[in-house]
Amino acid sequence: MSGAVPQPTEPVVPAPVDPVASLDRTGGYLGPTGAAAVAAAGRATPARWRLLLRRTTFWVGAGILLFWVVCAIFGYLFAPYSPLTQNLLLANIGPSSAHWFGTDPLGRDVLSRVITGARYILIITPLATILGTILGTALGLAMGYLGGAFDAVAGRLVEAVLALPFVIIAFMFVVALGPSVPVITVVIGLVFTPLIARTVRTAVLVERHMDYVPAARLLGENSSRVMFAEILPNVLPAILVEFTVRLGYAVFAVATLSFLGFGIQPPTPDWGADIAANYIGLPAGYWWQVLFPALAIASLVTGVILIADAIEQVLAS
Amino acid sequence: MATFLLRRLGLMVLTLFLLSLMVFLAGQILPGDPAHAILGNLAAPSAVQALDHQLGVDRPLLTRYLSWLGGLLHGNLGTSYEYQTAVEPFIRAALINSIKLAALAFVIVVPLGILGGVIAALRVGRGTDRAISVTGLSLSTVPEFVSGIVVIVVFGVELKWLPVTASAGAGASVWSQFRHLILPAIPLVLVLFGYIARMARAGTIDVLNSDYTRTAVLKGLPQRTVLRRHVLRNSLLPTITVIATQTGYLIGGLVVVETLFNYHGLGNLIYNAAVHKDEVMLEAGVLIIGIVYVVATLIADVLLTLLNPRLRIGGTE
Amino acid sequence: MSAESMASAPAAPAPADQALSVSHLDVTYRVRGQDRLALRDVSFQISRGESYGLVGESGSGKSTVALALVRYLPSNGRVSAGTISIDGLEPLSMGQGALRDLRARTVSMVYQEPGRALNPSIRVGRQIAEVFEIAGQSSGDAMASAEQMLRKVQISDPGRVMQRYPHQLSGGMAQRAVIAMALARSPTLLILDEPTTALDATVEAEVLDLVAALRQEFDTSVLFISHNLAVIAKMCDRVGVLYAGELLEQGPARAVFENPRHPYTVGLLRCIPRRGQRKDSDRLDTIPGFLPTPGHTLTGCIFAPRCALARDRCRQAEPPFFLVDEVRTSRCYFHEEAPDLPRATPAAVPELAHNGIGGAGLAGGADGAGLVAGTDGPLVVVEGLSKTFGGNVRALAGVDLSIQQGETLGLVGESGSGKTTLARVLLGLTAPDEGSVVTLDGKPLGPDARRRPREILRALQIVFQNPDSALNRRHTVRALISRPLSRLAGLSGSRLRDRLEELIASVRLEDRHLPLRPSQLSGGLKQRVAIARAFGARPEVVVCDEPTSALDVSVQAAILNLLADLQQTERATYLFISHDLGLVRYLSDRIVVLYLGRVMEVGPSETVFAGPHHPYTEALFSAVPSLDGQRPARIRLTGEIPSAADPPTGCVFHTRCPRKLTTGICESTEPPLHEDEPGHQIRCHIPLADLRELQRSQSVPFQGGS
Repeated sequence: MSGAVPQPTEPVVPAPVDPVASLDRTGGYLGPTGAAAVAAAGRATPARWRLLLRRTTFWVGAGILLFWVVCAIFGYLFAPYSPLTQNLLLANIGPSSAHWFGTDPLGRDVLSRVITGARYILIITPLATILGTILGTALGLAMGYLGGAFDAVAGRLVEAVLALPFVIIAFMFVVALGPSVPVITVVIGLVFTPLIARTVRTAVLVERHMDYVPAARLLGENSSRVMFAEILPNVLPAILVEFTVRLGYAVFAVATLSFLGFGIQPPTPDWGADIAANYIGLPAGYWWQVLFPALAIASLVTGVILIADAIEQVLAS
Repeated sequence: MATFLLRRLGLMVLTLFLLSLMVFLAGQILPGDPAHAILGNLAAPSAVQALDHQLGVDRPLLTRYLSWLGGLLHGNLGTSYEYQTAVEPFIRAALINSIKLAALAFVIVVPLGILGGVIAALRVGRGTDRAISVTGLSLSTVPEFVSGIVVIVVFGVELKWLPVTASAGAGASVWSQFRHLILPAIPLVLVLFGYIARMARAGTIDVLNSDYTRTAVLKGLPQRTVLRRHVLRNSLLPTITVIATQTGYLIGGLVVVETLFNYHGLGNLIYNAAVHKDEVMLEAGVLIIGIVYVVATLIADVLLTLLNPRLRIGGTE
Repeated sequence: MSAESMASAPAAPAPADQALSVSHLDVTYRVRGQDRLALRDVSFQISRGESYGLVGESGSGKSTVALALVRYLPSNGRVSAGTISIDGLEPLSMGQGALRDLRARTVSMVYQEPGRALNPSIRVGRQIAEVFEIAGQSSGDAMASAEQMLRKVQISDPGRVMQRYPHQLSGGMAQRAVIAMALARSPTLLILDEPTTALDATVEAEVLDLVAALRQEFDTSVLFISHNLAVIAKMCDRVGVLYAGELLEQGPARAVFENPRHPYTVGLLRCIPRRGQRKDSDRLDTIPGFLPTPGHTLTGCIFAPRCALARDRCRQAEPPFFLVDEVRTSRCYFHEEAPDLPRATPAAVPELAHNGIGGAGLAGGADGAGLVAGTDGPLVVVEGLSKTFGGNVRALAGVDLSIQQGETLGLVGESGSGKTTLARVLLGLTAPDEGSVVTLDGKPLGPDARRRPREILRALQIVFQNPDSALNRRHTVRALISRPLSRLAGLSGSRLRDRLEELIASVRLEDRHLPLRPSQLSGGLKQRVAIARAFGARPEVVVCDEPTSALDVSVQAAILNLLADLQQTERATYLFISHDLGLVRYLSDRIVVLYLGRVMEVGPSETVFAGPHHPYTEALFSAVPSLDGQRPARIRLTGEIPSAADPPTGCVFHTRCPRKLTTGICESTEPPLHEDEPGHQIRCHIPLADLRELQRSQSVPFQGGS
């Protein structure tokens, strides 16, 4: 008897609109339907990360990501040629046994450039996303919890920033400050901040209506403690999902900037930059110089997104 | 409802104001001196200084902002540093071109996205749903230039089904223009599909699980009627907001696509303005984009209010 | 055991004659790859025109029964055994077309939240007309028929309601509309799943009366599902008691509730305060233990682990149904002994020593700053308390009340009464209007909890209604209970640990619960954590805001006992807010009745219940169904609760008052509070002597019990 697992009740869906009526609604019986009761009780849920490891999408995504990380770190060691060595005699050769991915207009081996091109993208992407997540979370927490004038003003600012396509903001800043790794990282991070803040704010607003917030106030907790120790742990799942999805978009952003010429500068191997340099060769039929870097980008993005999707699925169940 | 609209308009004006401020300040950070850019590197310093004075570049910041703002409100977007003529006709032509491309993309992606999202919701958790969801999400993070290149290589170069440039040439027929725009529209469609499908899916799932769907089914209504009359009407409301916010996103995406396909749209114009440090053109272009986005969001909000009786009419009697 | 009681279930009449016949029904859910039985071997019949009640707590599976009958189980559920027959038709073996037909014509369902049951984007009239359109009527005819149905459910201006959207209707109105939709085609069977649980008491009574009347008119059989035994007793001819997916007892409602023959039913009835029970006289009984885990593989009687009568026989083999008499069955080997079930909790009020520390008026305990020693006056005083939201919504208007130290003040009221606002103002979660006075032990309280000094925060705490919302689900139990100890009582180290141990013992939790998170605990355990948290720093006043509304009846009793005990040991003062009059009567020393933000009546508990009452109080008491004996003719209130944004002139109750004076004074002037006996005040223009006379002849004082 004493060891039996207890029965659950259904969680509350918060927040109707009218202040008086909602406060005075007579208590409803919250017994769950059979399915919820049966589903929710029983054995304790296996740890969530264990569930993550069971999903195929996670492994496929992780595999792809791992592959590119290895390339980023060790690429220069195992690439068949140096990505920088030019040989004009071998320019524009299609895929062959000597050059699996062919050569570019300067005779450089495309395969080697693809392998080593992973490096900067994989440095900038996580750093930029982390920066954006930290700033966005702080902003979103403040907007959602403090509300009032702060939220109204910050909300307008956020909306104004979001009105401008991030590509444009990004390249304007890069043009102004120069295309170096730190600049690109910070710019992308800053551009992500309002987007993440918006998601965090929505999650915080849901938590705001829970009774543990006034309960904390009645313990004399100050605002920052409520935001960080009470509300933040509950919105972490949403932040985690947002973070992983943003990682994918960070790859997108870095590659796009490179393509537009505001990213990593030549001759450093970089997928976007290589595509930008070589796509004029397409009508002439030199497809390999452009397709393989493009596929590299697509595969990296897909890998990250698969991981993000796996995490979201696990957190949703 | 009238008060709501007024409030909304007021907020929009505030946002536009903030937007103009941001755009102006951003333009200021671009390095380089306008007169220098116009006259070229070899100009004499005194000539540069004189031109600067003539252009009004040496006035204090606030004065310049206010005069710019004043000009805007009179419909004067300024004089391009690069072309030495009014900016306005360039922008107008570019805007029209971009709208054509964006409209085509929308017309394809909105029904496709909604259809995908609803189907995924109806088969939630099963293979079809996972496929649509993951595919949508992946595609939306693949940069437009990547998918654009793949599409060019496959359909344009190899199969030669469609032309690879976006401009049909002056005086071309509507059909011919349309043919040229299909390839550039595809990357845009791929990116947007994920967003729209996701939103439609989430909205539909919510509605399918709701009590009133249960009521409709238990009334004995056939499934198609339940879907059409009860489910879709409610689930697509949030999708409208997404579509509106995507207009802003779309225009950002146009930068890349227009560059890739060498199409003279607004994105391309802005990009070139930034590269050539044509501050006036740049600011005007970015501002127009921002205005389009803000207006689109307003329209979405209004639509949402009109279609949602709870917002339109208000409380209990 | 005698020969007569050993038998199987009475011979069942042929299914086709019954409105509903359920036979050996099993329902299974597939959860994370495993099958779990939600319903096991459930069998019952409902004759034509009969009303059958299905009673059960959470996890009993009662809603699953309803869903199975209309074949609307969620995608992971299925009927794994048994048959169902409705009006001779079998839904389980039908094709889609026949099933649709069944749902349209033969079975209808009404469930808990009426506002959510209607499509928010379509006008109400259209939605009701839809039912007629399925029957083949043209849209014009269908709308006319819909209007007629609305008239039948006593909506006075059906044309206007038809044009409205669901969010514009009040709860009661919306539920009537749903009932109209359900009865439109005169179905054979009407299923009601907690139809009035989300409604106020007076509205609930109206809706229940409506259902009873319509049942006669349409000659419909009713399956009434609820956790509320009193409502079932009022509405149903026969009743079945469901526990953990099994039917344990069946029979005529009156007989089962007056003379239960299964230990579970006996225990359940003892959990509810009956016949004016009060905390001073005795404690409520409880049912020990927990529900069996879903997917369990228990052999024997499913209730055995919690049953005081259980013997080896019970654990070895599942009991069959025994005939108690011709019409009653019970699934217990020892059903004859059931009425003598030993109590789980002793009835006698325990002699609890006051623990000597804490409580207002005692200065300087070792670990809690006591407030200034003993003023003899009341502990909490509220004068002229008003709270207006958004400029015109008066949630509270000029409320005066006081709470004595050590007493429980019960706050009673329906939606819009302002009772929650009052609690929030007291705690400093909402700021009152200018001119409102709120004092604790003579000292005024600041309007904002964030600015109140620590001693004040320590003195005023709250137990919220829903522990899922009130306990941060990411914190452990230990963290949740320790926080007030460190924050408000200034404890740390070994002293904190000692106090923690003391606390969890006093709320009957165990050490093993400390590292758990709220989602791993049952509702009752969670609420105990919330109570431990509230009492941690030894508060003077604890606001209990519907502390048991979200809990099962059996768990509720334990929590109430706990609150009563704690009041003795901690000398706590309670502000007890509840819509359940039986609970209020059990726990409260004095009662305040609020209506639309104004005090209508205040007085000692028994006096208020005995009479004379304010007309509103009278109507409220008569609206609440009771398990104890017949009620006389109900006082029916007309109209809906007015909006707080636009309150009626004069006495705010005059728009619905059945005893309104004809002189017009009720419309023009707000009545003052008249004192009947010392401490008992009523806000009414009718002279108290007249009131007493009128009420004595027309109604019987409230007997108590929910």
